[in-house]
Amino acid sequence: MSAVLQNPPVVPRQESPGLWQLAWRRLREDRVGMISLVIVIFFLLMMIGAFTGVIASDWAKEKGVSYANPSFLAGAENLEARAMAAKGEAGKVAPVDLSDVDPLAPRYKEWEERAAKISVTETRRAETLPFGGDKWGRDVLKKVVKGSEVSIFVGLAAALLATFIGTMLGAMAGYWGGKVNDFLEWFYNIFTSIPYILLILAFAAVATATGKFGKGILPIVLVLSFTGWTGIYRLMRAEYIKHSSREYVKAAQAIGATNMSRMFHHILPNVSHVALVQLSQHTVQFIKAEVILSFLGFGVPVDMVSWGTMLAEAQNELVIGKWWQLFAAGASMAVLVTAFSLLTDSLRDALDPKLK
Amino acid sequence: MNTTSPILQVQDLDIRFRVDRKSEPFQAVKGISFDIPTNSTVALVGESGSGKTVSAMAILQLLPENAIIAPSSRIVYGGRDLLKASLSEMQDIRGKDISVIFQEPMTSLNPVFTVGEQIAEVLRLHMGMSPRQARARVAELLNEVGIPDPQLRVNSFPHEMSGGQQQRVMIAMAIACEPKLLIADEPTTALDVTIQKQILDLIASLQQRHHMSVLFITHDLGVVGEIADHVVVMQNGSIQEQGPVKAIFEHPQHPYTKALLACRPRLDRRPKRLPVIDDFIKGTASQKLEERPRGTSPGDPIILEVKSLNKTFFLKEGLFGKRAVPAVKNVSFQLPRGKTLGLVGESGSGKTTVGLTLMRLHDATSGEVLFEGKDLLSLTEREMMAYRRRIQIIFQNPYASLNPRMTVGQILVEPMKIHSIGKDEGERVEMAFALLKRVGLSEQSFYKYPHEFSGGQRQRIAIARCLTMKPDVLICDESVSALDVSVQAQVLNLLQDLQDEYGLSYIFISHDLAVVKYISDRVMVMSDGNIVEMADSDEIYRHPREEYTRKLLSSIPKGYELAPQPT
Repeated sequence: MSAVLQNPPVVPRQESPGLWQLAWRRLREDRVGMISLVIVIFFLLMMIGAFTGVIASDWAKEKGVSYANPSFLAGAENLEARAMAAKGEAGKVAPVDLSDVDPLAPRYKEWEERAAKISVTETRRAETLPFGGDKWGRDVLKKVVKGSEVSIFVGLAAALLATFIGTMLGAMAGYWGGKVNDFLEWFYNIFTSIPYILLILAFAAVATATGKFGKGILPIVLVLSFTGWTGIYRLMRAEYIKHSSREYVKAAQAIGATNMSRMFHHILPNVSHVALVQLSQHTVQFIKAEVILSFLGFGVPVDMVSWGTMLAEAQNELVIGKWWQLFAAGASMAVLVTAFSLLTDSLRDALDPKLK
Repeated sequence: MNTTSPILQVQDLDIRFRVDRKSEPFQAVKGISFDIPTNSTVALVGESGSGKTVSAMAILQLLPENAIIAPSSRIVYGGRDLLKASLSEMQDIRGKDISVIFQEPMTSLNPVFTVGEQIAEVLRLHMGMSPRQARARVAELLNEVGIPDPQLRVNSFPHEMSGGQQQRVMIAMAIACEPKLLIADEPTTALDVTIQKQILDLIASLQQRHHMSVLFITHDLGVVGEIADHVVVMQNGSIQEQGPVKAIFEHPQHPYTKALLACRPRLDRRPKRLPVIDDFIKGTASQKLEERPRGTSPGDPIILEVKSLNKTFFLKEGLFGKRAVPAVKNVSFQLPRGKTLGLVGESGSGKTTVGLTLMRLHDATSGEVLFEGKDLLSLTEREMMAYRRRIQIIFQNPYASLNPRMTVGQILVEPMKIHSIGKDEGERVEMAFALLKRVGLSEQSFYKYPHEFSGGQRQRIAIARCLTMKPDVLICDESVSALDVSVQAQVLNLLQDLQDEYGLSYIFISHDLAVVKYISDRVMVMSDGNIVEMADSDEIYRHPREEYTRKLLSSIPKGYELAPQPT
């Protein structure tokens, strides 16, 4: 062998960026997308913070007077708080002397002395809170933060699960066609022939009565996703029917790719934008559905707070002119939902290499 | 020919498109000028992206919203500038003075109205006819464009007609108001050759009879030679050459025109390699090209043999009924190793179904496909895997056959992974790089996505994907039909080089007889699922035995010199 070692000239092969890197690069140029992303991340951080108890863990403390005014409306009249205070004062009116008939009367003095030894500190309730208080004087701002935990989690988790179910069933029906399609279509038809609210309530009743779906917010997630997959299923089925006859899928078959590989490796990335858009729309829809469920009493337990329960409470408050709870919950929901939809749009554009 | 004042003058036309806010507008048409004389046919020729359609649509203000026309541009018709005409003025002109025929008759007609209603609408709008008058006129028009039973066909819906008949209806609609100028935008590209011939004859005779002018947009110089009086050759938004058809065909001046004329395969010659545009631009094209011998001999070893292949599709009819539609009937042929079998036929003849059935992308109804003596159709899916890689297919549309979500690298490595070719990822990547180089693409392409390539480059990627599996048989299903002539020549040369190098056997499916003649050793003509005729390629073109083959051959646009001269 020749002792001369040859060094072939190394051709620089510039690793060009992958799909996600390219998508990120495109997303970064999209101003609307970036702003939406920041907002969504902010909400997610808020949710995590509330979940771990770093922020708003004392949301249930009754810190202010009933319906405390927001700080920026400090001067406004608060009839409810005054009424409550008056009621409290009225409660302290000296009792009627019943010593003639009360057998325990001789011991009153002793008890009063004993009671005097225990120091009772009356906490002074704040007149105003940063964004106002609710009926029991809880801080609305903290309620919103704590409520995001349940609402965002329920919306996102239920949407993810529903999209997963819808995509899987849709892929099977659209790709295989024939008997599989017939069966799934039949199942879908039966499912959608039941009125939506009735279906949710039936599921929710079973979930809460049997307790088999777990406790807390898990049953809501399951109820929403088990009832909400149908639209996604229809869309994904249509996409799969369209794509499975495309030439690139035929080409994949020609090189010997398996059915699974064709379904999920080849077709799925091409239809994922549909799933993404559905995911965002359903997140929004499920956040709203959680409101309905909570309102009807099938939602989150009474010891928890969600934007839904806040909106339900706000109904009565609005009549007496206490708008801040409605505004806080409604505005955060609107901001999150809008940012989320815009982000999904931008994400879809960024992920689609066919669009410039 | 009457060459008095022109009916339409395009002067210094400059069209740009806004792409996005940041970048400069893309200049699609770069200040072109040409005239359309009265009572004559002007052909606007160019490859895709040359700006020919954009120029024609500007005449009728049918450009998309993001188009910017430079203020210096003028399109003069009847003494006024059409670019400055108001919308209502344009609506008067559209359809009445100047009318258009589009490429796809299927999508140009409204499927929910009968053809009679659609033509009558034009008459009522522009000619102010009563419904009764209009109806009578529609029947006349349909008769004029050669639709049988016009009285009955007035009530037909577009889907009840064939593609050729639909295009005739479009033409009837366009000439309904006796326009002075007819713009025909690739009117025959979507049609079979025999239908193309009929439509071209129809347009020519209508032009003569109604003394109108025609602006004929096409990419096919062969068609131009048959129909045009003047030719305008466009490339990248500029006019490279214009003149009378005789001059363009006999003494082309610009290298681009020369190249366009030379790189299309011809029936009477078969060079070893087709000349490409670069040769002419660099001036390295030699006039004398070595001829390539073609043909098969009885002693050639056979790699693939098909015996009485049948394929029947079933259409649903009514609630439970099924109707059998035979697509391939009793087809038998042999493919010698290292040779090319051409498969020609019009649309619906079953030629693509044959290709897909061989690959088992369709299940055959009956018959045998013997590959080295083994019947592929009787193998199980698992046994078939070993043979999958040895027969490969290149599809027609390079825009659809590559997964848009995968990089070229992933596309090339995937089949090697499936068939365990190469011992590890690194070796596969090296092989992919080598193949990219072989098909004439840069190494950088490995990391790009299909949408970053042009049609011809994508077809090269598709070819490279097949080559990763080192196949013995390659089925080319209309693989060059969607490409521009110059790119077509490059891909044909590549396929030929690969055959010389690796001894591949091709089954070349195409509706384009000139291309099939160029690349094939043996040619099989199909019609309605049957084999009409099969012979060596020179033999079949020189001495066609069957009437159908003769009809096909006589329909090929032959360009100027071979076309029957008008007397």
